Amino acid sequence: MMPLMTTKGLSRHFGGLRAVDNVDFALMPGEIRAVIGPNGAGKTTFVSLVCGRIEPTAGMIVFDNADITNLPAHKRVRLGIAYTFQITSIFANLSAYENVALPVQRTLTDGRSKGQVHAGVMEALERVGLADRANVPAGQLAYGHQRLLEVAMGLALKPRLLVLDEPTQGLADSEIENFIGLVREIASEATLLIIEHNMPVVMELADRITVFEAGRILAEGTPEAIRSNAAVQRAYLGGGDD
Amino acid sequence: MMEGSSPAKAYLLHVAVIALLFVLNFILPAYHHGLLARILVLATFAMGYNLLFGYVGLLSLGHAMFFAAGLYGAGLGVHHFGLSVPVAFMAALACGAVLSLVIGLLALRTSGVAFMIVTMMFAQVLALAILYFAPLTGGDQGLVLQQQERVVHLGDTVLDLTNPTARYMVALVLFSIVLLLTLAVVRSRFGRVLIAVRENEERTRMLGYDTFANKLAAVVISGVICAAAGGAYALLFGYVGANFASVQYSILPLLWVLLGGAATTLGPLIGTLFMYYIVDITSGYTSAYLLIVGIALILLVLFFPKGILGTLRQRWVRWLP
Ligand SMILES: Nc1ncnc2c1ncn2[C@@H]1O[C@H](COP(=O)(O)OP(=O)(O)OP(=O)(O)O)[C@@H](O)[C@H]1O
Ligand SMILES: [Mg+2]
Repeated sequence: MMPLMTTKGLSRHFGGLRAVDNVDFALMPGEIRAVIGPNGAGKTTFVSLVCGRIEPTAGMIVFDNADITNLPAHKRVRLGIAYTFQITSIFANLSAYENVALPVQRTLTDGRSKGQVHAGVMEALERVGLADRANVPAGQLAYGHQRLLEVAMGLALKPRLLVLDEPTQGLADSEIENFIGLVREIASEATLLIIEHNMPVVMELADRITVFEAGRILAEGTPEAIRSNAAVQRAYLGGGDD
Repeated sequence: MMEGSSPAKAYLLHVAVIALLFVLNFILPAYHHGLLARILVLATFAMGYNLLFGYVGLLSLGHAMFFAAGLYGAGLGVHHFGLSVPVAFMAALACGAVLSLVIGLLALRTSGVAFMIVTMMFAQVLALAILYFAPLTGGDQGLVLQQQERVVHLGDTVLDLTNPTARYMVALVLFSIVLLLTLAVVRSRFGRVLIAVRENEERTRMLGYDTFANKLAAVVISGVICAAAGGAYALLFGYVGANFASVQYSILPLLWVLLGGAATTLGPLIGTLFMYYIVDITSGYTSAYLLIVGIALILLVLFFPKGILGTLRQRWVRWLP
């Protein structure tokens, strides 16, 4: 099977800092991949390169057999790469409805979905359980709901690759349980790349785990293999971080 | 704004406003009738400004150049090239389109304060060019269009734009078209993207939108509307002057829009109307009328920071577009 997305020698330097350093990475269609690693390891920078928010210093990104290294971010989204922000980035002054209407009308314009904006919006809001909050300004939603709204916006883009950057950060335990169910559901339609600090969530969800440290991939494998990997335990799992 | 919420109410309100303005043509005394015709044209200018400032959040300090592009496009066309009124108006639109496209391509590389400064500089260049090419433009004296140059022949019907009623009606038609156009734009999918750019440009980009292209389209639509107002002003009132290209006429639409309510479709009309009458009334009593205008503006910003209609919408009439 061909990978959905690969990177070759992908690097991004900030001044002298090698935030992402020569990363070769491959993601298979349909998998749930978790990316873990200590703070500042370069996880957000790595996925930002993949979705085009920032430009690489060197290296190459291939999505669905096409070189997208120089493709602007908005075109990558239209190819099916969706990104949800680590720091909640919604349209605070607009209603939840309007927040989701934007991605819905994008897929309609691109011909990647059919029907009415209204139906698409309500469907996405229902999937994350926010349908009854449709008219509430997004900034007035509870924090957990704002995170869910982010996910709804990502979902509404009908992604083939959905990148979730620390989606459970700040969620209550009860919310996390629902969230795991939601992710499973999404995974039946899209490939998922999830940056996550919450290890139980990672162990429960991920097909494979990639461990980042200091801009490089330290290890990669199944949850069991990663759990028993000595280097990972030293760098991360045993680091008291989680 | 929400799709699915009845658009009928919004359209009804706008049609009612237009109908009211139509009726006013028959009942206003001559003085106010003339004033309102002028206000309708300037409110159109303000609506063009509002589209960019209110809905996209781009604060330009150079919109006088788009008004002037229309003013001179039509005025010079009539005066030097003997263009008929409709053709001259088309020339005004074309000038506005070309100028705004070029300015948009250049100025949109910047944002925030830099965008304000860049637009202001470009407007200054145009204003100076108008003064420099005095033999063509009439310099700071400007040009006066003669009565016979301002008559429209449409088959057998003759429309004399120096006639007060004809003038008022043409101004009203222009105003109405632009008002309904603005309403349609801000309720459209394109309008939704413009508002999204204002609220969070980075997020909009990451939802698959080419924010530069959307902003450029908004600059051009805004520029063409302002040029339409400028062209109409030249043809209806027969005067083409360099003061319309000055900084003052870049600031005025900003004030009108702030007063009436940015990002409200009817705000520009309300703002222009109020400001015009405040100046008109106070200047009759005192030579310090600008002081009173200033105080009025400060009070407004303090008590109605979102402008008249913006405050109305926030507190009472949520569905106001
Ligand atoms: N725009 C930037 N300019 C300069 N340095 C940056 C920039 N973005 C990230 N960095 C640095 O790059 C390194 C990697 O940051 P990144 O945000 O990718 O880490 P992360 O693995 O996502 O961390 P966290 O778990 O805290 O989210 C950090 O040292 C960070 O300070
Ligand atoms: Mg991060």
